[in-house]
Amino acid sequence: MKIGIPKDGRFGDFGGKYIPETLAPAIEELEKKYMKIRNDKAFKKELKKFLIDYAGRPTPLYFAKNLTKRSGGAKIYLKREDLLHGGAHKINNTLGQALLAKKMGKKRIIAETGAGQHGVATAMACACLGLEAEIYMGYVDTERQKQNVFRMELLGAKVHSVKSGSQTLKDAINEAMRDWITNVESTYYLLGSAVGPHPYPLMVRDFQSVIGNEIKKQMKKIPNTVIACVGGGSNAIGTFYPLIETKAEIIGIEAGGKGLNTLQHSAPLSAGTKGVLHGMMTYLMQDKQGQIQETHSISAGLDYPGVGPEHSYLKDEKRVKYKAITDDEVIDAFLLLTRVEGIIPALESAHAIAYAVKIAKKMKKSESIVVTLSGRGDKDINIVQEYLKKNVKDKRKI
Amino acid sequence: MSRIKEKFNELKLRKEKALVSYIMVGYPNDNATLSSVKGIVKGGADIIELGFPFSDPIADGPIIQKASTGSLNNKTKIEKFFKLVKKIRKQTNIPLILMTYTNILYKQGYQQFIKRAKNAGIDGLILPDMSIEESKNYLNAAKSQKMDTIFLVSPNTKKDRLNKIANASSGFLYMVAVFGTTGVQTKIHQYTIDALKSTKRSVGQKIPVGVGFGISTERDVKKYASIGADAIIVGSANIKIMENTPSSKLEKKICSFTKKLKNQTK
Ligand SMILES: Cc1ncc(COP(=O)(O)O)c(C=O)c1O
Repeated sequence: MKIGIPKDGRFGDFGGKYIPETLAPAIEELEKKYMKIRNDKAFKKELKKFLIDYAGRPTPLYFAKNLTKRSGGAKIYLKREDLLHGGAHKINNTLGQALLAKKMGKKRIIAETGAGQHGVATAMACACLGLEAEIYMGYVDTERQKQNVFRMELLGAKVHSVKSGSQTLKDAINEAMRDWITNVESTYYLLGSAVGPHPYPLMVRDFQSVIGNEIKKQMKKIPNTVIACVGGGSNAIGTFYPLIETKAEIIGIEAGGKGLNTLQHSAPLSAGTKGVLHGMMTYLMQDKQGQIQETHSISAGLDYPGVGPEHSYLKDEKRVKYKAITDDEVIDAFLLLTRVEGIIPALESAHAIAYAVKIAKKMKKSESIVVTLSGRGDKDINIVQEYLKKNVKDKRKI
Repeated sequence: MSRIKEKFNELKLRKEKALVSYIMVGYPNDNATLSSVKGIVKGGADIIELGFPFSDPIADGPIIQKASTGSLNNKTKIEKFFKLVKKIRKQTNIPLILMTYTNILYKQGYQQFIKRAKNAGIDGLILPDMSIEESKNYLNAAKSQKMDTIFLVSPNTKKDRLNKIANASSGFLYMVAVFGTTGVQTKIHQYTIDALKSTKRSVGQKIPVGVGFGISTERDVKKYASIGADAIIVGSANIKIMENTPSSKLEKKICSFTKKLKNQTK
């Protein structure tokens, strides 16, 4: 299948621009500038230089020999986005958008963050490019990802703790949007995932597609299966999009939390319904009244009731399969990868690892799986420690 | 003719501007909604805007956010809301507008929701996150039910866009007074005054122009009435009164506040 640029900002039924009117001129300006600059050679060259010299691209594609042996089947390769500056794929997008903001003459940057990885990556890009950064983060997330709050502050960003609603990522986006409505002339909103009103989903896909493009070059032949975790869906769409027209099987992994039958999960593609939130039409976790439901995931970065509209489209078109992995399975995968490969994955990325291990054994040894390891897990070690303390009974050996 | 249109015609003859009073249903509790409506009607407001809560109200400031959360905690549901509207409709002929967010309608189906709203006695709809680009199905459903669609414009809305939005609007056109969310502002900005004047000029006699967001005092109402607003919308100020007034005194208190504001529109 071929997708390209979404017509009228829509991927089939999904996407669009459901926005307060005050934002309309800003979105229009952004769209105009971005559509022009996305094919501009000088811009691409400048961004590429930052990605290489500052962020550390290209990232390796690592053959995980021990993990492959343990799973006993297909070869598992890891796309090492965890090795990027800041420790996650987020910097691919923040450098792109911050550079764009600078070209648009904006000096004040706002962003939302869940796990804090996008906030950190925004703070880094802004420090590097001489821009002012203010980050909105749900209060619950500031508590569970304390270290990232301090990292952002060290990098010169101002962090606003958001105490409305469920005090997580969705509320941080609400608050960032309110800030943007209030300071629309001076401010650039640097969205951290492939969500929001058009042109954000397209723009974030463009900036993250470097992941999939490198995979294509690094694999001698097209992999049988490609897997990435899906929060808002930026590392996933960046991994998938360049491979959409190939024969590869593509699988996105959502946060199954305590199980899809419990409501304590963040898996709108697996268990949600269509609706409108944060400027886009997409699959959402909502009740019958259209109220957005509170979500749960052990990983703050996946704890979001919506998903990028292109993923909703890819699901309905059946080009990509979406599956969920539970918190318990995530911890197992986290411990496994850490032990056998010496790589501590982000809890978000551990969702994708868990699924890869699950299916590898059912595949032939000659087949291959590429898993995008979206980030490193240093930020999560306290959460894992607490989890293990609470679950001593199930005797997971450390 | 729609109740809203009729109201504006009537006001024109009396050389008055419309006072539109907003409250959030189910907040601080269900009884407060009914007492406040009574007070608003007695106080002489011309139109009532009923807020229906949404979990993620991105166009609202802290006061209405808190009211939305409170209302949801009080188990405000669509069915209950329509029952309440029917009750109000039996007591008064005042135009009733529903303000909520797109997803509430989308989830039920635009057609189905609007039909039920019309049946209950709602005359117009305001959806702050419904952009003109995405409004086709919504507009078709509203038209088929003769429901007024009140779109928002902003001080930064360009002229050609303004005309498009005005064409899709019925009842009145809602100009947001500030770059910002709903709430209480301490002053009237020059840019708002300029924008209101130019919006009026662009729209001409096609449709009345209301102004809202941040308006809370007699002085504000007077000022906007004097510079050409056809309707002045007051919301967060009502909610603050409702939060701070014991239920036995609420109707009276809202009534006297409404009366004071209404006097400035004559
Ligand atoms: C390491 C990591 N992976 C994945 C995600 C999820 O975001 P997305 O789905 O946009 O890639 C996050 C978000 O914070 C993250 O930090």
